[in-house]
Order: sequence, then C-alpha cells, then structure tokens
Amino acid sequence: MKEKIYKWIFTILAFSSLVFLVGIVFVLFKESLPIFSKISIGDFVLGKFWYPTYSPPEFGILPLILASAWVTLGAVIVCVPLGVGSALYLNELASFRQRRLLKPLIELLASIPSVVYGFFGMVVLTPFIQKIFHLPTGLTALNASFILGLMATPTVCSIAEDALSYVPHSFREASFAVGANRWQTLTQVIIPAAGSGISTAVILGMSRAIGETMTVLMVAGGSAVIPHTFLEPVRPMTAAIAAEMGEAPMGSSHYHALFAIALILFLITFVFNIIAEVISRKFRIKLGLSG
Amino acid sequence: MDNSIKMYADEVNFFYGKTHALKDINLNIYKNHVTAIIGPSGCGKSTFIRLLNRMNELVPNTSLLGGIYMDGMDIFGPSVDAVEIRRQVGMVFQKPNPFPKSIFDNISYGLKVNGIKDRLFIEEKVEWSLKKAALWPEVKDRLHDSALRLSGGQQQRLCIARSLAVESEVILFDEPCASLDPISTAKIEELITELKKEYTIVIVTHNMQQAARVSDYTAFFLMGELIEFGKTQDIFTKPNDPKTEAYITGRFG
Repeated sequence: MKEKIYKWIFTILAFSSLVFLVGIVFVLFKESLPIFSKISIGDFVLGKFWYPTYSPPEFGILPLILASAWVTLGAVIVCVPLGVGSALYLNELASFRQRRLLKPLIELLASIPSVVYGFFGMVVLTPFIQKIFHLPTGLTALNASFILGLMATPTVCSIAEDALSYVPHSFREASFAVGANRWQTLTQVIIPAAGSGISTAVILGMSRAIGETMTVLMVAGGSAVIPHTFLEPVRPMTAAIAAEMGEAPMGSSHYHALFAIALILFLITFVFNIIAEVISRKFRIKLGLSG
Repeated sequence: MDNSIKMYADEVNFFYGKTHALKDINLNIYKNHVTAIIGPSGCGKSTFIRLLNRMNELVPNTSLLGGIYMDGMDIFGPSVDAVEIRRQVGMVFQKPNPFPKSIFDNISYGLKVNGIKDRLFIEEKVEWSLKKAALWPEVKDRLHDSALRLSGGQQQRLCIARSLAVESEVILFDEPCASLDPISTAKIEELITELKKEYTIVIVTHNMQQAARVSDYTAFFLMGELIEFGKTQDIFTKPNDPKTEAYITGRFG
C-alpha cells in the first residue's frame, strides 16, 4: 500500500514536466495566433521592418531572426574550438591531476549568472571593441557572439567530453597496436568515432546560444535593423521579447507578435534538440552502446 | 625448423605503482613457434605480453626493471621508438576491436599511419592480409561494409589481418578466443598454426586445451612469477613443479 503511494507520487512528479511543456506550447500558440489574422506568416517572418509601435505598425521579424542567426553563428565560431579543444585536452592529454582541477573550473563557467556575463561584456569588452574597430558603439553582434560563445563553452565541452569518453579504450589500443602515434590515434580514430557525439555537443551549444536572453539584451546593442557585419548593433529575438514585453499592452498586436516570436524561437530550439537527439542516438548505436 | 630466439625477457620486474606485478622473469620466445602463457587470473600473463609491444607504457605510473630484447636489441632502449616496436610486434585483443570503419579501412589504417600512400599498394596489401587471415572469401564482395557488421570470429580474423598488413614479425594474442564460439575458436587456432610458419606467436590463454593444441612452448605464470617454462608436451605430460601440475590438472585457477 505504502509502496503504491510512493510509486504514484513519483509518477506524477515525472509526468508534471510533460504537463508544463504542453501548457507552455498551448499558451504560445493561443497568444500568438491572433497576430496572423493581421499579417500573413510569410510577411511576419520575412518582413524587413520591425516597427511595432509606429502607426501603422510593422511586424517584420527578419531583422530579429538574422540578428539571432548572426550572434549564434558567431558564438559557434567561439565555442566550438574552445569547447571541443578543451574536451580533447581533458580526455586525451591531461594528467589525472590537471583533469581534476580543470573540469570543475570549466563547469564553473556554466554556473556564472548570465547577467554577470552581460556585465563583463558591457564593462570590459565593449570599450575594447569600440577602440579596436573605431566604432560609435562597442555593443555589437561581435560582442554578443563572443560572450555567448564563452557561455556555451561549458555545455559544448562537457557533452563533447562525454562523447570522447564513450569511445571504447579498445579502439585506442587497436590503433596503437598497429603502430599509430597519439596524434594519429586522436585524429583518425577517436575524433571520427566521437564525431556525431561532438556534433550533438555543438548543436546543443547553439541551442543554448540562441535562447540566451539577458546577455544579448545587455551587449548586442538592441538595434532592430538587418545586420550586414558583426560590427553592428543587433536585436536578437530573445532580446526583443524581453525588452518589449513590458511596454506592449496586453492583448495588443504587438503583444501577440512577441508571442509569435517566442513560438518561432521555441520551434527552432525544439528542432535543434531533436537533431541533437537523433545524432546522439546514432552515435550510441555506432559505438555499440545501448540506444 | 629454425630454433633461434626472436625475443627474450631478461630479469624482468614490473610494477604498477607499488604493486610488484612481475618478478624476475626470464623467458625465451622462439622464432616461428607458438609460445603459450598460462596461469590463473591476475598472475601477470597479460601484463607480460603487453610489455612485448610496449603497450604497458600507456598505463600511467608503471615502472620496469630488466630488459626485453628482440633480435638482440633492447626494445626499451633509449633510441628505440615505441611506435615502431608496436608495428613490428602486433597484438590481437581479448575482445575483437575493429574500428567503426569499413573492412577495407580497418586494414588500410595501419598502412596509412605508417606513411604508406600508394593506393595500389594499399589495395594489394589489404587483399593479401585478408587472404592470410583466411577472411578474404567471406568479405571480398563487401570490403566497404562496416566492420562492425561482421560476426565476432570474423572481426577477430580482421584484427589479425590488420596486424599482418603492417608486416608485424611477432603477433601477440591476448586471450583471442575468450569471446568466441567453438567454431570461430577452431578457425582462429587453425590460423595461428598456419601463421607460425612465417611469424612468431605468443598467446595468452585461460584455456588449457587451447594451449596444448596450438603451442610449441608453454610458460606457466603464478602470482607474478614464472613457475615453469618448457616444451608444451613436457609441461602437460611431466611438469617439474607441483604447482604447474596442480594448475593444469585443474586443482586451482
């Protein structure tokens, strides 16, 4: 009897996350659909102008989507070498002691609040970028990319490290046994074997970067114009939602448009996560681990 | 048959940290013969053959006293490259460990890492080594399929072929049949008997019948010591040491 109650409690707890997920998706759809009675999905997604408070307002979110794409791409350029590189180091080269010191330090990067990262970007990176490139402002896509990349690094590193550690020791031995050196073993056996696991890491890192809000709000510059270089201020989707939700009257078109942005953002990260899951499942099958 | 010594261990002592894993081992490995190493778990037999291709160096915090010689040269000598030793002394492991690559690439990998680029030479060598390992007829039409789709026994023969391709002179087998069925085991044993015409073979085995079937010489290890070494037929019919007799008659181990 007692056991049955415990079983029920834990079952309910486990399924509650499903309930929340469904609830969130439901609200996203419900609150964003009204905007599409005023503007077509095509004009919304591909519209070049985001002037939600003008009269008449314009709800084109292409500048916001591109801003997110730019900073995410920039973040990938930063976090892939950093994250994958440190994972390789930790797994293949570091001594036991170095590993025991470094791994928690890298994981500590993940526990720094994003507002602190944003603050660091504003105070340290902004004047630096402004000076080097002679810009009117240092709050740019470059700045956001760098900080986001740094923030995604622990995610990429720890997932890539897991992938590397799943590569069976026997592959290494087999490689050494035919006279391969460490470097050949690493580049031709271990990295290819962990390849799809490493791609999963990169995609989840991207997912992390595209969804990050506080940092981009603080350092990306906030200008809702289609960006042409990394040195322009941008307004990614998350920053737009966070900055504008407070001033958009509830139930207005602007309000519904912001929900629609959130819905699109959710769909993007959802797809990213599915891709990551599919790849990592293939990876486990490839290495003969249970799917 | 040539009775010269291919490799020998001279007063070998080996330590994992402070654990004394091998004690004063002196052992000859004769060219073109099969030497079996038997003994209960933890007796040091795997540790010993992993010294013969310097594989133990990959384990941190180990130390070696004494020397292992191949063709009269100390393989742990200061000017000797471990990578080159591992090419000359191939190894087949307990569990078949093909790379998650195609059958062809599994074999060409060893050639490529040893600096061979000539495509034609590689193709010939792949065919040659698969034939030597008695696997060619079974895989010749699917060289570019994943090696992981082969059966366990086929995978093990692929691992043997991989070692033959890089022109190993000595091949170490670390319980090669531990995870195989009896038919695959018979094939591997047959192959070992065939290969000894051209190669020097050392096999670690738990299986006493296997040692008796395939080997010419047998070494019995117990708790890091070499208890007895001699011709296989002598070891199995009239062992000198009562501990050897106890082990081969199944009283412990």
